[in-house]
Amino acid sequence: MSGVPGASGVPRVPGRVPDPLEVPLLLPGDGPRAPRTALRALTGHPLGFLRTSWPWRSLAYLLSGTVFGAVPALVVWLAVAAGPVAAVAVVAVAAVPGALLAGRYERWLLRLVETAPIADPHAAPPAPGPRAWLRTRLGEQATWREAGHTLLAVTALWWIDLGFVGVGVWIPGLLLSAPLQPSSPLGPALSLLVSLGGVALLPLAAYPVTIWAGARATLVRTLLSDPGAELAEITRSRARLADAFEAERRRIERDLHDGAQQRLVALTLALGMARLDLPAGSPAADRVAEAHEHALLALAELRELIRGIHPRVLTDLGLPDAVLDLAGRSPVPVETDVVLPRRPPPAVEITAYFTVGEALTNVARHSGASHCLVRGRLVSEDPRSGGILVLEVHDDGDGGADPAAGTGLAGLADRLAVVGGVMSLSSPAGGPTLLRVEIPCP
Amino acid sequence: MRVVLAEDSVLLREGLAGLLERFGHTVAAAVGDAPALTAAVAEHEPDIVVTDVRMPPGFTDEGLRAAFALRAVRPGLPVLILSQYVQQAYVAEIMGPGIGYLLKDRIGHVREFADAVERVAAGGTVVDPEVVRQLLAHRRDPLRRLTPREREVLALVAEGRSNAAVARSLVVTEAAVAKHIANIFAKLDLPLAGDDHRRVLAVLAYLRG
Repeated sequence: MSGVPGASGVPRVPGRVPDPLEVPLLLPGDGPRAPRTALRALTGHPLGFLRTSWPWRSLAYLLSGTVFGAVPALVVWLAVAAGPVAAVAVVAVAAVPGALLAGRYERWLLRLVETAPIADPHAAPPAPGPRAWLRTRLGEQATWREAGHTLLAVTALWWIDLGFVGVGVWIPGLLLSAPLQPSSPLGPALSLLVSLGGVALLPLAAYPVTIWAGARATLVRTLLSDPGAELAEITRSRARLADAFEAERRRIERDLHDGAQQRLVALTLALGMARLDLPAGSPAADRVAEAHEHALLALAELRELIRGIHPRVLTDLGLPDAVLDLAGRSPVPVETDVVLPRRPPPAVEITAYFTVGEALTNVARHSGASHCLVRGRLVSEDPRSGGILVLEVHDDGDGGADPAAGTGLAGLADRLAVVGGVMSLSSPAGGPTLLRVEIPCP
Repeated sequence: MRVVLAEDSVLLREGLAGLLERFGHTVAAAVGDAPALTAAVAEHEPDIVVTDVRMPPGFTDEGLRAAFALRAVRPGLPVLILSQYVQQAYVAEIMGPGIGYLLKDRIGHVREFADAVERVAAGGTVVDPEVVRQLLAHRRDPLRRLTPREREVLALVAEGRSNAAVARSLVVTEAAVAKHIANIFAKLDLPLAGDDHRRVLAVLAYLRG
């Protein structure tokens, strides 16, 4: 059902689809189609995989991870040498800086098995100085995720790393070196056979090593990156795009208004004056009369066109007046009740305006309503994050409005999605219909 | 009749000045912003001010404000306001004797425009048909009892036209118009009044509820 374009009014958030424009720094020798993570590389051709650098990178990654094993060793050594109290004290003092360092180290290491870097999830301290720094670090989620990661790395990850390195390298190595073991109970022939088995095992070992390296990297990425970063960036770029479109529409509107529209008014004026001076009934008078009518029509059409691009009443006076203007044009009597304590940002305003316009068009065309009410309020206003613009269009028509039926409602939902808005529709058969729109209003 | 004209577009300003002179009026001053309008009225004491709503420096409603500031000092100074679009929020509130409110597009209908200037200068009230149309669109109940013809008549009356002018416009007899108006006023429970602009004001007062 969602396969039909435009059939679904629900905005879709793009998933993690490989995007050619998003290609990060490439590894040496890698083409644009090369896999970007060790795990992805595993799904390629098995022999081809062995020829890449991924198994070696994975091995290096796991070996680097075993560094965390030094921490428990250090604690044990301290506990033995200076007593358990000193050990606990050292761990307590070093915990936060240690976790931060560990996080940084792991993010850096991750580049071994994933080409896409992780952005630093930490916020910049609002003021210089160690006090502000510490307060910021202790107050943000990223620090505590890093602490969690460090705890996990110290208690579990390092010996699992070691285990996989052991399985992958140590066992084949042991087998390989069978002929060289002086105290081997095997005969020379059997030793050689075991050694050959080691040779066969070595490439196979690349798989468990890479699989664990990939899984570990995924875990680390989840813990050490800002979970909302990607979505926030998509949202921001979408908002920037919407703002750019909006600015462009306003520019076009201004140009048409200051240029073509003024000239057309002047033209209708000049033609109207010419009509006065020409003797009535003369061929010239008829021609000029015709031209005058055309110019008046062109002016009316241009006015409508400009209104569709970006209504001046909205730019000048804001949403309540613009909704009043829309209501005045509706063939169905429309009552308006839009009260806003401030003007929303332009992109929100214009989206809200076109939403109400489309809704009123639908009411007039399809609903058979005799009365319609448009309400608008700014709710949950908060000085930091702004509020939510809520618009409701009620009508007493026949109901049965269906976003899938091509009534323009699907287009509305798409338009709203750009500014992060949502639409809900209640339209039982027999009516009444309520269209409700909520737009975040920073 | 002496006119002070304020319009920031040179093209339109010259066109309007030409139009007014063509109809035998004197354009005492044609200016391009609100402070110049105030100065020109002080200097020339015109019979009517024709001004654009939007003007420099702020391009919001400088012209309108300047005109009403002038009216505060000179009660009854006729003002014809030209607007790019209907500002419903206040159009019904500002109307009164000697005030006209027309959309700029109306300039092209030169004869009607010149007629409107003269009626406003004479202390009448002129409202753009679009304003009436939009105000009518808002109102339900009693207005819905009007026949389409009566709505047409009401719109023309709200423009400040006399019965004779309405009759000419609709190509009917004056008696027919009078009958329509009586019907409208009865349906809307409006008091009967003599003057044109009082009729307009009564209609507007009703429309803005």
